[in-house]
Amino acid sequence: MSSFFSQDVPLSWYLLLSAVLFALGVLGFLIKRNLITVFMSIELMLNAVNLSFVTFAHQWHAVKGQIFVFFVMMVAAAEAAVGLAIIIAVFRARATLAVDRIDLMKL
Amino acid sequence: MNVIFPLWLIPLLPFAGFLINGLLGKRLPKALVTTVALLAPLAAFAAVLNAGLPIVFPFSSAYLGHAAPTSYIETFGTWLNIGTLHVDFSFVLDQLSLVMLLVITGVGFLIHIYSVGYMARDEGYARFFSYLNLFLFFMTILVLAGNALLMFVGWEGVGLASYLLIGFWFQKTTAAEAGKKAFIVNRIGDVGFLIGMFLLLANFGTLTFSEIATKLGQDPGWTGGVVTVAALCLLLGATGKSAQLPLYIWLPDAMEGPTPVSALIHAATMVTAGVYMIARNHVLFDHSPFALGTVAVIGAATALFAATIGLVQNDIKRVLAYSTISQLGYMFLGCGVAAYSAAIFHLMTHAFFKALLFLAAGSVIHAIGDEQDLRKMGGLRKKIPVTFWTMTIGVFAIAGFPPLAAFFSKDAILYAAFQQGSLGKALWFVGLLTALLTAFYMFRLWYLTFFGESRSPEIHPHESPWSMLGPLVILALLSVAGGWIGIERFAAFLAPATGPRAIDAGSGNLELILSIAAVAVALLGWYIAHAFYSQKPERPAELAVALPSGYKLLSNKYYVDEFYGATVVKPLLAFSTYFLGWVVDKAIIGGLAWLLGGISLFCGALLQRWQSGNIRSYAAWLAAGAAAVLLFVAVPWSSVLASIGIHLNWAGH
Amino acid sequence: MHLILFLLFAGFCLAGAINLLLQSHPINSALSLIVVMTSLAVLYLLLGAEFLAAAQVIVYAGAIMVLFTFVVMLLNAGREERTMGSRTYRAVGFPAVVVVLGVVATVILNAHGLGTASLRDGITTTEDLSRVLFTELLLPFEVTSVLILIAILGAVALARHGHGDPDEDSERTAAK
Repeated sequence: MSSFFSQDVPLSWYLLLSAVLFALGVLGFLIKRNLITVFMSIELMLNAVNLSFVTFAHQWHAVKGQIFVFFVMMVAAAEAAVGLAIIIAVFRARATLAVDRIDLMKL
Repeated sequence: MNVIFPLWLIPLLPFAGFLINGLLGKRLPKALVTTVALLAPLAAFAAVLNAGLPIVFPFSSAYLGHAAPTSYIETFGTWLNIGTLHVDFSFVLDQLSLVMLLVITGVGFLIHIYSVGYMARDEGYARFFSYLNLFLFFMTILVLAGNALLMFVGWEGVGLASYLLIGFWFQKTTAAEAGKKAFIVNRIGDVGFLIGMFLLLANFGTLTFSEIATKLGQDPGWTGGVVTVAALCLLLGATGKSAQLPLYIWLPDAMEGPTPVSALIHAATMVTAGVYMIARNHVLFDHSPFALGTVAVIGAATALFAATIGLVQNDIKRVLAYSTISQLGYMFLGCGVAAYSAAIFHLMTHAFFKALLFLAAGSVIHAIGDEQDLRKMGGLRKKIPVTFWTMTIGVFAIAGFPPLAAFFSKDAILYAAFQQGSLGKALWFVGLLTALLTAFYMFRLWYLTFFGESRSPEIHPHESPWSMLGPLVILALLSVAGGWIGIERFAAFLAPATGPRAIDAGSGNLELILSIAAVAVALLGWYIAHAFYSQKPERPAELAVALPSGYKLLSNKYYVDEFYGATVVKPLLAFSTYFLGWVVDKAIIGGLAWLLGGISLFCGALLQRWQSGNIRSYAAWLAAGAAAVLLFVAVPWSSVLASIGIHLNWAGH
Repeated sequence: MHLILFLLFAGFCLAGAINLLLQSHPINSALSLIVVMTSLAVLYLLLGAEFLAAAQVIVYAGAIMVLFTFVVMLLNAGREERTMGSRTYRAVGFPAVVVVLGVVATVILNAHGLGTASLRDGITTTEDLSRVLFTELLLPFEVTSVLILIAILGAVALARHGHGDPDEDSERTAAK
């Protein structure tokens, strides 16, 4: 039992987890009908990618992989801020957060 | 070959005249337009003289120390060099083309002078002269061409100039239609010319006249068969251009053009191109007795046919038109009995007296205020004397009275015809009959125009200006003296180009008898005309009443135009309207255009639905695109496809 | 030990992600996402990225998700409604997802040379990280700060009440 549990985890599992999280993120992007929830699925996708970066950083012992994750986080933060501001502006114009109702370019 | 004067100047000078008057004519003062227009043919005439003098007078060259050239050949460079086809831009000036060029530029110059007076008050003055110069350009190319393809260029070009000039007063529907008819009928003949050229090319591998003649001379096996077919095809082209049966129908309608045009193109020069072409290819025709016979028969038949129609025409220019067709028939007859020099001799004299007759007729028309109907003329003898006397000379010339020009040339042809076996004698008889008819209708015209009481007393005729009368006088002198060179000397001069004259020596008496017969016939024609139109002017009307069907047949030109209209024109028109117009144009091509538009619309409708604005659907397509890219990149396609069995040659995948 | 921790927190990740998809109220989805974030932080720690784990919690779970929650509450987003959208997303999207997942998984599983992670592996210290960040990658670092400044300005400009005309905007929203 302990020998089983003291095994090392193959990195491919981490990568698989990352792939599954990414696929779930895409799925969420497709099926969710609330604008904010769609945005959240995008954040999920970003996180999945971050995980795979860290995994490879561990594989090649490269610090730059982790630094890249750092930058991705920064960009995601900025993007979240601006994206939510846009959602607020859209809500003000359309008074709805349903994705299917927002189908005109002109606000 | 020692070239003293560049031959290309001869066509170039009229072309320059065409460009200047055509492009700038409207803006230049009239005097300048006239100068340019007259300078072009005059300069071309001078160039011809300069180039041709050593050929005419071999002594002068010998005096100068050069050997007497029999022909100049100038090549300006290769035109076509495709496989075995090799065609140059080459001009050949030999005795035959020299005679033609002298006639074209000389008589052309006189007609240009006449046109200055005739077209003085016309709006399209500059346009007229530019077209005339264009015609000269193409005609000189036709005559100077050393190979059939270059000659074809000139051939088509004179057809174009003819169309432009016949339809010169294009606002008149009849003139425009006549121009169209001339061009189309010409083109039908050109099909024959083209097929003949193809046959020549296929069998001799070259289109140069001299090379074809050499090849024919070398191999005595070239008789009949393909030579006949080629010759007959060329003959078809000649009948189109020279208005013989069956393609003569355009020439009477061409009288819609101004009279100088009728004189220059449809009497003196363009219509003789067919005769020239046959004379140029005489070696080909010599090797095919059948083709020669056909030429002779067509010529004689046309001569008689046209003469009969000319008997009852009431328009002065129509009479002259049918007379032209008839005289061209004589020239074809001359070619058909292998008397090419006689045919060219008649061509030359015909140019003189026919141009004279047309120009004089124009003077008459001008004098009585643009009236062309013979029935409205009469009694003009005292009123317009110069015109009267010059026209008289022309009438006597065409009737064949000695010592005027046509007597010698017509006689040469008839004598040569008589000597060609039994067919020749029959043709001689037809020619004699035609001479009778010719004399009759020309004197009919003479009497109706100038004698008797004026049938339109309200018209006050005035004599034409000297710009018009001067050329008349010169042409009258040429009509008198033009034949005095005599057929023997003329034939000897032309011999290097057209072959020796095949005449039995020692038959001088026969020649004399035949000449006397011809003159007698001419006198008979004059007498009959005198009886009908001078003594008892009501006789022709009585005859018309007595033979109504005959009269109707002749005055309706044997209904040939109607026949062509029903058999050729109407079916073509129906075909064009129903098949080409509805089926091909509307259904097939229109349908295709509609289909293309429909496809665009359909694709647009599809794409329109795709761009719905729906975010989720866009997202889905994004994901699909990403999936496609991933698939393409990550899957080793070469091995996957190889396992199925498809082997591709992709680099690096 | 490593395996247990991995399985546990990977399970939390997946559960959170699936829950995000299944919930109909956005606030529940936001909370599930927070669960995912923190589990991921632990996984980073297992892979030896201590600084990133901290940053994940502080920035992602602590700031970004808070922002999301604020916006959800600000806009009073309710349960998702059923809308008549197009069905394209199902026909085209689902196969695409399957293909993406399949291809990537195949590539991963067929790759050789991937190592393992264990608790014995060294941790990348913050010192190592900052040494590279502030020397070699100083320029991207500074540019990122400019980026954030721009984002702040953009967010403020966009979310301000009224794009220039306050009355018009409130009228429009009132009419709707």
